[in-house]
Amino acid sequence: MNYEQTLKQLALADDRIIVMTAENRAPVRSLPQALGDRFIDTGITEQCMIGAAAGLALRGRIVVTHALATFLTLRAYEFIRTDVGLGNLPVKLVGFVPGFLSDGNGPTHQAIEDIAILRVIPPMKIFCPADHEELAAGLPAIVNDPAPWYVRYNTRPAVIKHSETFEIGRAETLSTGKDVALLVYGALFKEAWEAKQLLESRGVGVRLVNLRTVKPIDDAAVLEAIKATRLTVTLEDHFLTGGLYSIVAELCLKARLAPRVLPIAFENRWFRPGRLDEVIESEGFTGEQISKRIVAQLAEA
Amino acid sequence: MSGKGGCFIGASLSAVDVIVYLYKRFLKIPRLDSPERDYFFLSKGHDVPALYGLFAELGMIERERLANHLSPDDSIYWHPNRKIPGVEFHSGSLGHLLPVAVGVALDFKIRKASNRVVVMTGDGELDEGSNWEALLVAAAYKLDNLVVVVDRNEFQANVRTEELIPLEPLEEKFAAFRAAPISIDGHDFADLARGFSKIPLRAGAPSVVIAKTRRGKGLPSIEARADRWFCNFSDAEVEQLLKELHGAVGTQLVSETLTVR
Repeated sequence: MNYEQTLKQLALADDRIIVMTAENRAPVRSLPQALGDRFIDTGITEQCMIGAAAGLALRGRIVVTHALATFLTLRAYEFIRTDVGLGNLPVKLVGFVPGFLSDGNGPTHQAIEDIAILRVIPPMKIFCPADHEELAAGLPAIVNDPAPWYVRYNTRPAVIKHSETFEIGRAETLSTGKDVALLVYGALFKEAWEAKQLLESRGVGVRLVNLRTVKPIDDAAVLEAIKATRLTVTLEDHFLTGGLYSIVAELCLKARLAPRVLPIAFENRWFRPGRLDEVIESEGFTGEQISKRIVAQLAEA
Repeated sequence: MSGKGGCFIGASLSAVDVIVYLYKRFLKIPRLDSPERDYFFLSKGHDVPALYGLFAELGMIERERLANHLSPDDSIYWHPNRKIPGVEFHSGSLGHLLPVAVGVALDFKIRKASNRVVVMTGDGELDEGSNWEALLVAAAYKLDNLVVVVDRNEFQANVRTEELIPLEPLEEKFAAFRAAPISIDGHDFADLARGFSKIPLRAGAPSVVIAKTRRGKGLPSIEARADRWFCNFSDAEVEQLLKELHGAVGTQLVSETLTVR
């Protein structure tokens, strides 16, 4: 089942669930018919949608909201922080085309600060599925958890069959090589997987960790990966500041660790828009490019 | 509350008659947690003195608790929050509770319930675009269970609304947003009854009651003065002002005026 089918099934089984959108219908096209008045489209009003979602949640509803990730997280940010966050309400924020997935839209649509700004909201949790299968697999737990959640919506095809079942706060460690720990979340899982294959074919041992929920982060899995390897790589389609690199830095400070870290992220810049595959390549995020940077880094020291 | 740290007494006095009318005559609240209850949201969140004063009069909170104003050990601070029984949702950031009220009104519509949702906004607060988003949505979803009450005291924090960002013609603005507006005297209980007895003002449309009010109403010493929005009076002034409220001569105010926004 895909995201939409899973959400439909959850909503049909539980009439507390309300599906809202600020006129972003691509992920929920069939739901108006299926849910009737439990599908609410507020038009292009992200602030009002989030405020109203908080109101619905005050009445005992679980509200799954949809909008393009930048407009949802930035335009409505104060409503997320002040109504949903401060109220600690079960509103789920599903951000469409986050990170690289905004492909040709340009910087107005590049949600590459979403993790940074949402993780600072005390009760907020964050789910970054690796592909469409993981998105659907994780959705029931996200919807049924009483916390507010942000979901980095990702429908890229799965490159592997995931080994572990989804659990909030549990990362998926896919290999236990001893040279490099490759930490990744969301859509770049594909490139991370390709980099792992290439590195292993060159005799480099990779410990690949798919984080799944970046908040709560699986700190045990992250610290174990850091300790078991010579180099840690944080891979993300996000600004360098505030995302996974920062999360890992915070964990390391707390654990009094100072590992060698290679961050792969956007340092103080937006990325050049285009077709997804070409953008990933021009920005240096293909599996091949990532593996070369890791090999070079390992060779340095 | 208006001494020892101060509070937003000017704005509270413009709103208090309307809030009293709503709780005494309009809102049906059999119990604070009753599913049958109407909802009241105070979006102009600085009117804590008016709201909590009324709650104390109605026995919803203990009168003595008001003495905890600004004590970190209680939750009675300058803006409403849900630790106070009767407060449905926190406010303080303007332009939030009309969208939130839209969500609650939508829930009642989905349930086919007849509960009503009243949200009080300031007039200066209407500068915030989120209110107008919410009005568009309320009209589109035919939320005639939603009542917006505007405390039209003609002041923002520091200046008169019409001298800064003019709101007039306000009734026409609401009508253009497909709401049903009415203007009434927000200090005249007969006129309040005239306005609220007709709710919903039009079937299938949100109602808007524009309550014409006066900042600092009842205290001529601070009435309609931009510099007496937030006040921190001395004990002697508070004593004089209480007498003034009950008809005595004006108070000689010597405490400094405050610009807190």
